Amino acid sequence: MWYLCVFYHRLLDYRKPEFESLAELFGAESHSLEWKLPQHHHPDSPFHYVNLPSEDIARKIANRSILVKGLYEIWGEGSSYEELKEAINSYPDDRKLPYIAQDSTFRIIFDSFGKVVPFEDQTARIKAMDYIPFQGRVNLKCPEHKFWLIETDDYGSANGLPPVVDKRIFFGREIGGADRKLLPTYQLKSRKYLGPTAMDAEVAFLMANQAQAMPGKLVYDPFVGTGSILVAAAHFGAMTMGADIDIRVVRDGRGPDCNVWSNFKQYGLQMPVSLLRADNNLPPWRPGLKEMFDAIICDPPYGVRAGGRKSGGRKLLKGVVGPYTVPEEKRTGHIPSTAAYSLAECVHDLLDLAAKMLVMGGRLVYFYPVLRDSDTLDVEFPKHPCFKLIASCEQILSYRYSRVLLTMVKIAPYNDDIKEAARLQHLDFKENHVKWLEEGNLHAAVFSPDFPPSDDPDTKGVKDTKKKYRGKYV
Amino acid sequence: MRLLTHNMLASNIKGVTNGFPLRIEPEKIIEKPVDFNPDFLKNMFSKIDWKALADASKIMGYAELPDEVPEQTVVESDEFLRKFHHALLEVHLEEGALVCPETGRRFPVNKGIPNMLLHEDEV
Repeated sequence: MWYLCVFYHRLLDYRKPEFESLAELFGAESHSLEWKLPQHHHPDSPFHYVNLPSEDIARKIANRSILVKGLYEIWGEGSSYEELKEAINSYPDDRKLPYIAQDSTFRIIFDSFGKVVPFEDQTARIKAMDYIPFQGRVNLKCPEHKFWLIETDDYGSANGLPPVVDKRIFFGREIGGADRKLLPTYQLKSRKYLGPTAMDAEVAFLMANQAQAMPGKLVYDPFVGTGSILVAAAHFGAMTMGADIDIRVVRDGRGPDCNVWSNFKQYGLQMPVSLLRADNNLPPWRPGLKEMFDAIICDPPYGVRAGGRKSGGRKLLKGVVGPYTVPEEKRTGHIPSTAAYSLAECVHDLLDLAAKMLVMGGRLVYFYPVLRDSDTLDVEFPKHPCFKLIASCEQILSYRYSRVLLTMVKIAPYNDDIKEAARLQHLDFKENHVKWLEEGNLHAAVFSPDFPPSDDPDTKGVKDTKKKYRGKYV
Repeated sequence: MRLLTHNMLASNIKGVTNGFPLRIEPEKIIEKPVDFNPDFLKNMFSKIDWKALADASKIMGYAELPDEVPEQTVVESDEFLRKFHHALLEVHLEEGALVCPETGRRFPVNKGIPNMLLHEDEV
C-alpha cells in the first residue's frame, strides 16, 4: 500500500537510507522499496510516496525513525480544496469508515510547508472538512486517530532554481512519526562526559538506525571515545562494546561519576558489555575469532578535529632511533609512545576488522571526510571485496569539507585470499584517491586562510556567487 | 572486564604464536547484574571458546559451568542459559591482570578496563 512520507526538511541525504534500513529491519524488502514523488516535486522535497507491505511495518519504521515527520494514509490530494474534496469523496468507504466510526476519538491537525497560515484560517480550513462524515468525538489531547491537512506552496523560484515543492493539499490519517523528544533528552549539552569529538545525538541515532541496532545484537565501536555513538545503539537495545587507544578516556574519564559508564547510566541504558584499550592497527583479538559483531559503527579520527594514533613511536617508525627494549624495572607503568595514524591506513584497518568480525549481512557504518570543490559529490569511497556500499549520506560541515556517512553490508565471508585482494585494492585506492589527504593536507585544506590578503579594492566586496538554494545545507 | 571480553582477547605481541587464552590474575572481582537476553546468549554460544570460558570462570570463583563443550541443544535449557549468562556477562574482573601464556607479559586491568596496548619493543 502507498503511504505519504513527510520528512523533516533537514539532512536530506540521510532520509531515504534511514527509512530503507528500518524497512529492512522490520521485514520489508528494502531494495525493492518503491518511492515516488508527488506531482512536480523536486527530489529534495520533504514529500515522498512510499509503497510498504503493511500498516504495521509502516508504523514501526515511522516511530523508530529520526527524520520521518509523519507517515500518512492519504485520503485525498489536490491542487485546490475543490479537488481535494472530490478526491476524498471518491476514496473507498471501507478505508474511511473504521476511523470515523461513532465510538472513536479524533482530531484534525493543520500543517503547511513553505508558507505560514494564520491561526484563524487554519481553523476555518479544518472546519471546512465537515463533508467527511465524522461520527466520533473530537479529542485534542489524546485522540485515537489523527488526521492531517497539509498545505504546500511553491514559494517562488530560488535564484532561478525550481521550487522544491509544488502547490498541493494533502489530507490523510497519521500512521506514525519520529519521536524527536529523544533529541533534547540525549542532547550533548546535558551529557555528563563529553570529548571534543562527541557525536551529536541526532546523527548518532541516524548511525544506529543505519546499523539496524536492536536487542540481541552486538555493536562495536573501535574509536569509542566518550561512547557517544554507542549510547544511541544502546538506546535501541543493542549490546555495545568499545575500544580506544587513549586509556584516560575509557578508564578514567573525569572522575568516578563522569566517564563512559556514567554516560550510559545517565539515561538508564544497559552498560557496554566491554570497554578496553586497544590499537585498531594491532587489534588484540584471538586468532580464529570471527563474525562476533552484528554492526560496527564509528567516527574514525581523520585528522580534522582529532588525529588518529597507533602503536610504535614516531621516531621509531621513521628510523630516527633504533629499536629498543623497555628496561624490566620500568615495564610496569611504562607509557608506550604512539605515532600518527593516517586516514588511509585507518580505513584499511577498519575494513579489514569489519570483514573479519562482522556476521554475514552485518553492517559497517562510518564517517568518511570529503573535500568539496564543486557542488557535486564526485568521490571514490573505500572498497572491500567483502562489502557492498548501500548508502552514502553527505553532511556538509563547511563550504570546504563535508563528511559522508557510509553504510556497507557484508556480502561475502572473509578469508586469506580476500585479505590479500583487499590489500591490493586498498593500495590502488590509496595511490589514486586519498594520497593527498594524508599528512595534514586535510587539516590544512579545512583550516587554512581563504585568500591571500589583498588590498586590491576590486576584489573586496565580491560576494560568494553560490546559488541561494542550499539543498543539502539545511 | 567480563569473561566475554576475556574470551575474545589474546596477546598479540610480535612473534607470539599462542597468545590465547590469557591467564587471569584476579585482585578484585565484582558482580554486576545484566538483563537476561536468551537470543543474545544463543547467538554468542556458538562463537565462544568453551574451554577458555569454563577455565576463566573457575578462576573467577564461579565453577558452575561444565568442563566439556556442551551440545548445541543445551541452549534450549533455561537453567543452562542462566549459568552461561552469569559467567559470560555478570562476573567482572575489576582489578587484576591478563597474562600472556607464552611470554608472561602482564596486561593490566584497572577499573575494569584491560589495557591491551603493546610496548614499543613488542610491536
